[in-house]
Amino acid sequence: MATGVAAWLPFARAAAIGWMPVASCPMPVAPRDHRRRQDELIILNVSGRRFQTWRTTLDRYPDTLLGSSEKDFFYNEETKEYFFDRDPDAFRSILNFYRTGKLHFPRHECISAYDEELTFFGIIPEIIGDCCYEEYKDRKRENLERLQDDQEENKDVKLPHMNFRQTMWRAFENPHTSTMALVFYYVTGFFIAISVITNVVETVPCGSTPTQKDMPCGERYTVAFFCMDTACVMIFTVEYLLRLFAAPSRYRFMRSVMSIIDVVAILPYYIGLVMTDNEDVSGAFVTLRVFRVFRIFKFSRHSQGLRILGYTLKSCASELGFLLFSLTMAIIIFATVMFYAEKGSSSSKFTSIPASFWYTIVTMTTLGYGDMVPKTIAGKIFGSICSLSGVLVIALPVPVIVSNFSRIYHQNQRADKRRAQKGTNTGEQKLPKSACLLESQHHHLLHCLEKTTAHEFVDEQLYEQNYVEAVMQSFPAARRESVSSRDTATPTCCGRRSKRNTTLPIAALQPGVNQQGPLQELSAIHIQCADRPSRSTSRSKLNLKADDVGRLNCKGGRITTAIVSLPSPPALTTPDSDNLRGPPTRRPPLPSPGPSIQTTTSSANVVKVSAL
Amino acid sequence: MGALMVIFSLQPKQRRKPTDSVEDELELSAVRHRPEGLGQLEAQTRFSRKELQILYRGFKNECPSGIVNEETFKDIYAQFFPQGDASTYAHFLFNAFDTDHNGSVSFEDFVMGLSILLRGTIQEKLKWAFNLYDINKDGYITKEEMLDIMKAIYDMMGKCTYPVLKEETPRQHVEVFFQKMDKNKDGVVTIDEFIDCCQNDENIMRSMHLFENVL
Repeated sequence: MATGVAAWLPFARAAAIGWMPVASCPMPVAPRDHRRRQDELIILNVSGRRFQTWRTTLDRYPDTLLGSSEKDFFYNEETKEYFFDRDPDAFRSILNFYRTGKLHFPRHECISAYDEELTFFGIIPEIIGDCCYEEYKDRKRENLERLQDDQEENKDVKLPHMNFRQTMWRAFENPHTSTMALVFYYVTGFFIAISVITNVVETVPCGSTPTQKDMPCGERYTVAFFCMDTACVMIFTVEYLLRLFAAPSRYRFMRSVMSIIDVVAILPYYIGLVMTDNEDVSGAFVTLRVFRVFRIFKFSRHSQGLRILGYTLKSCASELGFLLFSLTMAIIIFATVMFYAEKGSSSSKFTSIPASFWYTIVTMTTLGYGDMVPKTIAGKIFGSICSLSGVLVIALPVPVIVSNFSRIYHQNQRADKRRAQKGTNTGEQKLPKSACLLESQHHHLLHCLEKTTAHEFVDEQLYEQNYVEAVMQSFPAARRESVSSRDTATPTCCGRRSKRNTTLPIAALQPGVNQQGPLQELSAIHIQCADRPSRSTSRSKLNLKADDVGRLNCKGGRITTAIVSLPSPPALTTPDSDNLRGPPTRRPPLPSPGPSIQTTTSSANVVKVSAL
Repeated sequence: MGALMVIFSLQPKQRRKPTDSVEDELELSAVRHRPEGLGQLEAQTRFSRKELQILYRGFKNECPSGIVNEETFKDIYAQFFPQGDASTYAHFLFNAFDTDHNGSVSFEDFVMGLSILLRGTIQEKLKWAFNLYDINKDGYITKEEMLDIMKAIYDMMGKCTYPVLKEETPRQHVEVFFQKMDKNKDGVVTIDEFIDCCQNDENIMRSMHLFENVL
């Protein structure tokens, strides 16, 4: 929960009194606030500069040095202050983090010094706010490259619970996921190259045979080339069909540029098969073969630079359009002028205005073939003006396109690096043994709501399951059976709340709680629980934005530095294959008002273990 | 000549209109509110000085302008209920807190409401709850009003609940409520019926004391 929202929690809890008359069951007991300290000022002496703040401000983030009891090690009895022998300038932004919930990166700071300060005070850099995050990451990357200490590994965590189709699509889109994908990638690349080379070699004159003089290779070795062509087209067809099968949205896939290129590449072959012996259309068929050259565009799947080039051209469409338009205007004007200037001279090549177009184009692009030259003086004068202005017109939009390309290219580089870094998220902090008070209070509030409405919050999957069952059968017993041994975690606001629905016959109480999960799951979690986009009119933000995958933003110190639970149902006893573990605790069966655990039995005869 | 043409074609550029948002910002920030003095608030509510100080600091931190309008209120409240849609209930809550009905909740409104909820007598709390349910503030809770409130509460649960939320659940709940509360079966619940009935209900009495240690 964000710090700002935490200030309103007492209000939300007080307002819950509005539900009480409506509820029909008793309410759960509220978590007790053990630390009933009066709010006091704390003095933090950082290398002589004294900072003062409220104790509660620091307590907002109990996973950090200042928020936990770790700061007691720095307490100075005589002066009654906490002394830190660190950089006071960097400490300013750290203290502001506690105050506002947003960590900023001061631009004048050295990146490694700042990193050290963050590490010392137990704050992970991923929570740097949006405003400063780009800068921070850029500087960090520069630093790393400078030190040539690039130890990023793009570890590939296999996302659990992906069916065959999704795995296949992933393999197609990212060939580095598995060896099969890589093999497929190289094989298709190889066949594209073969196909293009075949098309080219087909037209090369192969030397004379006794029957005819110079024949192109294609006509000489028809069978061989036909076999080659067939093989390539088979591979391409299979690849296209597989992609079509694996695509998450087939309609969107069919509309995409790459798939159109694929289709255009293989269609001529099939059309040729269909209409082999028709003399009339064979001429048209020959032209169709031209489209085979589009196979070379299939390389854009293999080359990122090519994709970027294509994207640049697309994004510079307006500049290109401007170039074309101004060129057209200039061509028409100059062609007209040249035609009328050269009309007088005899044996002039400038027979008509369209004929002059060719001269104008060749002159403006400074090609100057020399097949058409003006002979009159007026013609020569206008011709020179034409060539001078041609240089200008063409030189103007080109730098814009180039700079666009450069920008997009670098952005892409940065995006790649960022993606790679997300995969290796370090800096997980251990869960505090005692769940934070705010969390428990929030969960108590949600629990009260559940009691008022006599319904419980469940995970989306479980909900869908129940819904399907409710539709199919009306017996509650059936529902219980299929709910059996299925433990789900509810990705809630704070991400750490997990619920379980297990049936009584299977096991009375099942231990283990999902207190951790790979951080890559953040995207899935937040698509589920972030139903609303977080608005920033107030400074509180509860859920991560969906595009902040892997970045623990200022969503609140307590969760961001803690570990987020996994929404998908893993096996009961194995929390997760990842390396983030917390101690699975056994839950007491009595409804004890511990701040971390509550077990309740509902009227539906289902034992729920809700962990906070 | 071509250069001239080029220059001409560059002329009709698109001009960006200066956005009006700057003016809006200025307008909003001009609407500031300073609360009454600490001493006055201390007299009017049941909070101590220190508690008021803590409350105000949190309030001011979240709403620097000193007042909360309905949108902000809905946003804040919605953050506590991520799975459902808390906007309708927040709207009713806002109206319950905004006692002078001026469209915004100032610190005084906020703290008076909290004072009743956290430090008030049972009577006062029940009266506050009645005021919340009575949407048009006419002194009677009708079935329609209660249904609106009930739907708002169930909306906060969201879609993914166990058991699955049905259409008629809120209505049924309202029926149960009215059966319990409406003693003379005239279709409306008055404040006396409400307070009477709640005082006789043990569960409700106990839950009223639940949040006493919140601050």
